[in-house]
Amino acid sequence: MAKLNIDRGTRAFARKSKRYSIFSIAKNAASYHQKWQQAWRHAEPKSTYDAVIIGGGGHGLATAYYLANVHGMTNIAVIEKGWLGGGNTGRNTTIIRSNYMWDESAAIYEHALKLWEGLSQDLNFNVMFSQRGVLTISHSEHELKGMSRRVHAIRLNGIDSDILSPSEIKKLVPTINIDPNIRYPVMGGFLQKRAGTARHDAVAWGYARAADELGVDIIQNCEVTGLRRNGNQITGIQTTKGFVKTSKVGCVVAGHSSILAEMANIRLPITSRPLQAIVSEPIKPILDTVIMSNAVHMYISQSDKGEMVLGAGVDKYNSYAQTGSWTIPEHMVAAAIDLFPFLSQLRMLRQWGGIVDTCPDASPIISRTDIKGLYFNCGWGTGGFKATPGSGHVFADLIANDRPNPIALPFGLKRFETGYLIDEHGAAGVAH
Amino acid sequence: MLKIKCPFCGDRDESEFSCGGEAHIVRPTTDLKLTDKIFSEYLFMKYNPKGVFLERWCHTSGCRRWFNLARDTVSHEIIEIYPMGLLPKTVKGKKAYQSNWRRKSKSEAVNRPVKRTEK
Repeated sequence: MAKLNIDRGTRAFARKSKRYSIFSIAKNAASYHQKWQQAWRHAEPKSTYDAVIIGGGGHGLATAYYLANVHGMTNIAVIEKGWLGGGNTGRNTTIIRSNYMWDESAAIYEHALKLWEGLSQDLNFNVMFSQRGVLTISHSEHELKGMSRRVHAIRLNGIDSDILSPSEIKKLVPTINIDPNIRYPVMGGFLQKRAGTARHDAVAWGYARAADELGVDIIQNCEVTGLRRNGNQITGIQTTKGFVKTSKVGCVVAGHSSILAEMANIRLPITSRPLQAIVSEPIKPILDTVIMSNAVHMYISQSDKGEMVLGAGVDKYNSYAQTGSWTIPEHMVAAAIDLFPFLSQLRMLRQWGGIVDTCPDASPIISRTDIKGLYFNCGWGTGGFKATPGSGHVFADLIANDRPNPIALPFGLKRFETGYLIDEHGAAGVAH
Repeated sequence: MLKIKCPFCGDRDESEFSCGGEAHIVRPTTDLKLTDKIFSEYLFMKYNPKGVFLERWCHTSGCRRWFNLARDTVSHEIIEIYPMGLLPKTVKGKKAYQSNWRRKSKSEAVNRPVKRTEK
């Protein structure tokens, strides 16, 4: 597994007056919290930038932050069609883990998890990262065997992973049904203790605030309508707020990647599908672990507000509508009630869909393209949230140095020609 | 939720069907002349439009027969349902067929008969 020293950068929050701390809370309480400074400026596009990141979700904002903080590129902008974190960053089930089987995936997700572990301090913003553990359960003898193979592969890469028996699972999660006579009985499971959840909006806001502090322009409500190039070199982007000159463009637009690629006449192996999730009414704390099941295709956790958050697999057809078919939540709820009978008493509050960019091998694309200065970071499909810091960190390195680092290298577009696919359907195709 | 009119069984609920993805992808026949890039274009690269999309569906829990369908990927409106092996007839369907990058791609070009007008 490729490992890199994590350069967290040193430039952020030099100005002490802007730092959030217990003293700033006390100071602002005295003025009835009416005088909090703006978290980030309202920027209008300048005529020229050293680099432009298209897409103001978690991955895009993280890229901009690490470009500024680690690589010293501060004359850059993030351009967002809607509002920050209004796409998939605000539409996922916030699960973070790094228990992937293949070395390439383990490297990037573990890189991300290490960054998550210090993220609130790095950004001076509480992203509410909670390492409550992620438990993946198995429902058959064969699944159990496949799971142990995966666990051993993960442990060989130095990533924590433990196999649990049904009674140990019951001890960890008292509300789970381990009756051997249910439709999908619990036969065992594996736990990553360092895994967990984070507050998704806070991730977008924290990165935006920290990037803004370093001078990055964050431009919202600005849609990219065209990419301009001179021969084989990107020269700028056309937006609804005018033309912006730049020689480096990083596209981090998830479900809309194919649209941007089409503007540059580039082909991507991406299909855009809705991924749905639902949340229940809030209840008292009852589940302090994230539970996932590949066989019944469901994952569940309890948010800090007390809502039960449920997710499932992608819808079966291409779509750009941020909704989905009812068959998916129906199946998801049936599976959840089988495992957690108490859920049948709950009312569901909200349902939503995010448009995910699925890739044939269920692994992301972090790549240069045939056009110089045009980079793509996409294909995270159903599991991008957990990778947010790692994805931004390696993508910033790629943009700044125009070469992929050892972690990003296997995720190039070239793999679809060489056949060196990173087939993660077992780990990424289901739970997120 | 879609209601799909199976050409053989009539109106049925979406859950009875499976979606087979993009329609009209032509496999390059001249295998020995292909480069990895061209084959990769055929095998992995996707047409993924925001708008009208031509796709294959199968009535899995019904008559188990395949057909083509033109559907808007934003509104989910079904524009046209037509048999396998044929091309769409509606204006929107035809436009969707023509605007697909595959029509200009190398992986389809290698299948077209070479003009023998040159010496």
